[in-house]
Amino acid sequence: MANKEWPLWEVFIRSKQGLSHKHVGSLRAADSEMAIENARDVYTRRSEGVSIWVVESNDVFASNPYDADSLYEPSDSKVYRHPTFYEVPDGIEHM
Amino acid sequence: MMNALYEYLVRLGDDSLIIGHRLSEWCGHGPILEEDIAMTNLSLDFIGQATSLLKYAGEVEGKGRTEDDLAYLRYDREYKNALLVEQPNGDFGMTMMRQFLFDAYRRLLFERLLNSTDDTLRAIAAKSLKETKYHLKHSSEWVIRLGDGTSESNKRIQESLDTLWRYTSELFYSDEVDVELIATGKIPSMDGLEQEWKELVGVVLEEATLKIPTNNWKHEGGRKGMHSEHLGYILAELQYMQRAYPGLEW
Repeated sequence: MANKEWPLWEVFIRSKQGLSHKHVGSLRAADSEMAIENARDVYTRRSEGVSIWVVESNDVFASNPYDADSLYEPSDSKVYRHPTFYEVPDGIEHM
Repeated sequence: MMNALYEYLVRLGDDSLIIGHRLSEWCGHGPILEEDIAMTNLSLDFIGQATSLLKYAGEVEGKGRTEDDLAYLRYDREYKNALLVEQPNGDFGMTMMRQFLFDAYRRLLFERLLNSTDDTLRAIAAKSLKETKYHLKHSSEWVIRLGDGTSESNKRIQESLDTLWRYTSELFYSDEVDVELIATGKIPSMDGLEQEWKELVGVVLEEATLKIPTNNWKHEGGRKGMHSEHLGYILAELQYMQRAYPGLEW
């Protein structure tokens, strides 16, 4: 039997003060236009946003949580990548 | 002597109140969670409009009646909504078709009422128009998708259109109330409104591959308080609390 469920969409909302769209959740809809309408009704009814993006969940590719050790831990030991690691010599202004 | 502005506001307010109540019946019964929320959002928009319109009607009447008195304590013959808005929800397609036919009318009506010389009516129209534009977009999208969807969805929403079409001419009903308000400039002329509506509705129905019924039989009466058998049941539910426990607040 064919899968009759509508595709899943990820919803991103930009708030009035926000500079970027933030992921707020997901919903089901038959197509992109209806996904935006549904997102408007489900996720902006308390004035949460002024702009909506929807992306089909199928089109989102994610890193594997099991790879976290190898992906992210190595940077923990590289404190010199943060500007605070360096001492600013006297006499340097406007840093 | 009849107060034309009061009468007009009650007609508009009752349209909002009754279609808002009909939509609220979907709460918890929507075909999907997203649409369940969408329909209750619509419902709340309409109940908000009814609140503004009936509150102003009460002020215009000048007998000390509040919007709650008007919404909950009138008898069926005193409700002046069009018959279209009291028709049963049916299936989801029927509800969306009723909504679409009504939203298209409301959008054109509110656009005209922006030119009313009455400050309060103009302000209510401006606020309601923003809501109505979205309502119409939403209901149009569904009519298109169901009409131009599967053979089953097309068949069912065509039946909805066939059932509801006979109630649409009443939206353009006009009598001495309208004549007096137009003469005094409280509302602008409504000439050509029905034709504009037919064109607006026609574009969407064509995209939806639906056929406008050729049957010309029309039902009217709501504007004079003569309703279909459905309004009584709506009022029984709507008014129960205030009738059983007068003055109840929560």
